[in-house]
Amino acid sequence: MARAAKNPLNLLGYAMGAVVSGVWLLTATQALAQDAAIPAFKTLDSMEARVQGCTTCHGQSGQGTGNDYFPRIAGKPAGYLYNQLVAFRDGKRRYTPMNYLVAYLPDAYLREIAEHYAKQRPAFMLHETVPADSASLQRGQALAQTGDPKKGIPACVSCHGANLTGMEPGIPGLVGLRPNYVAAQLVRWRVGERVAADPDCMKRIATRLTDADVTALAAWLARQKPPADAAPEKSNLVRMPLACGSQR
Amino acid sequence: MRKLAIVALVLVGGLIAAALVWTVVRPGALTGTSKVVNATTQVIDRGEYLARAGDCIACHTAPGGTPFAGGRAMPTPFGNLYASNITPDDETGIGQWTADDFYRMMQKGISRDGSLLYPAMPFASYTKVTREDCDAIYAYLMSVPPVRQKNRPHELRFPFNKRELLIGWRTLYFKEGEYVPDPKQSAQWNRGAYLVEGLGHCSMCHTAINRLGGTSESQAFEGGMIPNQNWYAPSLTSNQEGGLGNWSVKDIADLLQVGVSHRATVYGPMAEVTYNSLQYLTDEDATAMAVYLKSLAPREAPPAVTSTERLTQPAVLERGRKIYVEQCVMCHGNEGKGYPPAYPPLAANPSITMATPVNPIRMVLNGGYPPGTRKNPRPHGMPPFLHILSDDDVAAVVTYIRVAWGNAGAPVTPAQVNDLRKLLPE
Repeated sequence: MARAAKNPLNLLGYAMGAVVSGVWLLTATQALAQDAAIPAFKTLDSMEARVQGCTTCHGQSGQGTGNDYFPRIAGKPAGYLYNQLVAFRDGKRRYTPMNYLVAYLPDAYLREIAEHYAKQRPAFMLHETVPADSASLQRGQALAQTGDPKKGIPACVSCHGANLTGMEPGIPGLVGLRPNYVAAQLVRWRVGERVAADPDCMKRIATRLTDADVTALAAWLARQKPPADAAPEKSNLVRMPLACGSQR
Repeated sequence: MRKLAIVALVLVGGLIAAALVWTVVRPGALTGTSKVVNATTQVIDRGEYLARAGDCIACHTAPGGTPFAGGRAMPTPFGNLYASNITPDDETGIGQWTADDFYRMMQKGISRDGSLLYPAMPFASYTKVTREDCDAIYAYLMSVPPVRQKNRPHELRFPFNKRELLIGWRTLYFKEGEYVPDPKQSAQWNRGAYLVEGLGHCSMCHTAINRLGGTSESQAFEGGMIPNQNWYAPSLTSNQEGGLGNWSVKDIADLLQVGVSHRATVYGPMAEVTYNSLQYLTDEDATAMAVYLKSLAPREAPPAVTSTERLTQPAVLERGRKIYVEQCVMCHGNEGKGYPPAYPPLAANPSITMATPVNPIRMVLNGGYPPGTRKNPRPHGMPPFLHILSDDDVAAVVTYIRVAWGNAGAPVTPAQVNDLRKLLPE
């Protein structure tokens, strides 16, 4: 609550009630997103110009747009972004608009696109938060920071970085993502719609999460203030609790 | 209704007649047993090149699957077909096939066991391929790693699941025979014609498909909707569509081989063709195809759009102009000239103005990237706007680009946009 109070928009929101807050914030983010979603670049022969195909969903610098689903991709580790682009191209990760866009792009170019977005450090966007009671937020915080050893669930921070900014080369940051997106990915992982390289550590974790856990995590993560340094952690600073194919 | 009845009558009649004929003329398996595999590296290399020109890999590879192992679903208006395994596996592929078997399949559309192939396999085009080239492709396919993967049975509705019916189809639409060079034309033109009409099997999409899944020779290359893909393959003969009469040979060759040109860019199914096939052509072959395509005489042009059809409400145009200035101008420029070849021009670009507005609407809704090719490995892309623009917005901006800067297209309606919005992009 102390964190929320520092944010004037949230403070206003709490005063006016959750529903009004949602509407107000959405309008604010849409106004911001409008700029991010309009094609813009300085020179034709630049990565900025080449990746215009990404901008209406992910923003000019990968910061995201007003849409409540599309994820921030700026600053995620290049290895992670590359794996996703290849999976979208080869149909191993399914989201039709993405599958269609990258269907005929070669590996080397996908690598270059991944590296381009991994280097970006745009400001984090204002996010809408989903309503959640304090018990749920507590559960979300516990899962993220300490995990649930009884159920064999490691803490998010043990792989996604102490500041949840991800870890090189293959683990994405979780800050700055929208609750809808986070929840959808966890559910997709649980039902086998989304997979990562074997051994698929996220599948092991997602299948141990209940619906309430997913909601709690998405709500708590969305409330976290982004860190000043959005860079992902270097790999191997910590021993990971589960083996992950995407880190090999 | 009457048309339907006639079609049904033809189908049933055809089925009975075909079944009778079939029992008499059914081709058996070839008797020759010699299977000589001692092709030289040069022949195998040439076979690989020709297999690419024929784009075998596109259909005979499942998404994310092993090349040539088959299994890709080919949705047709008659049900799903599944491409076969053409790796040299003895049990599930073509490992037991002889060069004669392979040539008969290419030439006549008859499989090794004597069954008739469905014309989704473009043997009506491949029949023009020479014996020497077929043998080279055969040698190449025999040289790839065999994959044990059983063919998936087709899922066709009655009566289309009756292969006997294909006798009727073949009578109507199939003319067997290798390409015969036209002595009045140059060697380059003939090479282009051989590739376009044979291995390239361009007419499979660029000629309208009729109710029976056939293409009419008199309408060759006049354009058509690609069944089940909801893209329009423009006419290659009319200057009002993709018609290439007033293009430079270089631009045509670039479009095919590079994927972008100063006139237009390939997206959708054609991007796949360039990605899998045409980018690997030599400059000589790409140019030969371009020379031939450019020469396709403009047929009787479709009637020009009348001024009544072009009538556009000023409010719609103004709405379209505003959206254009806000969202499109950065890449396509104030005058619609674009920055080719990175961003294609919209002014005087026939794919914007052609009678069927499917392609420009789809581009605005779904965006697109041209294929990354050897000569253009880092293409510029266009973003989707389906989550930003309403049906009215898309209709307005597509209408605007179809009539602005001297473009002679007709307006589009929000309903047309909505129909395409409901489809997932392919």
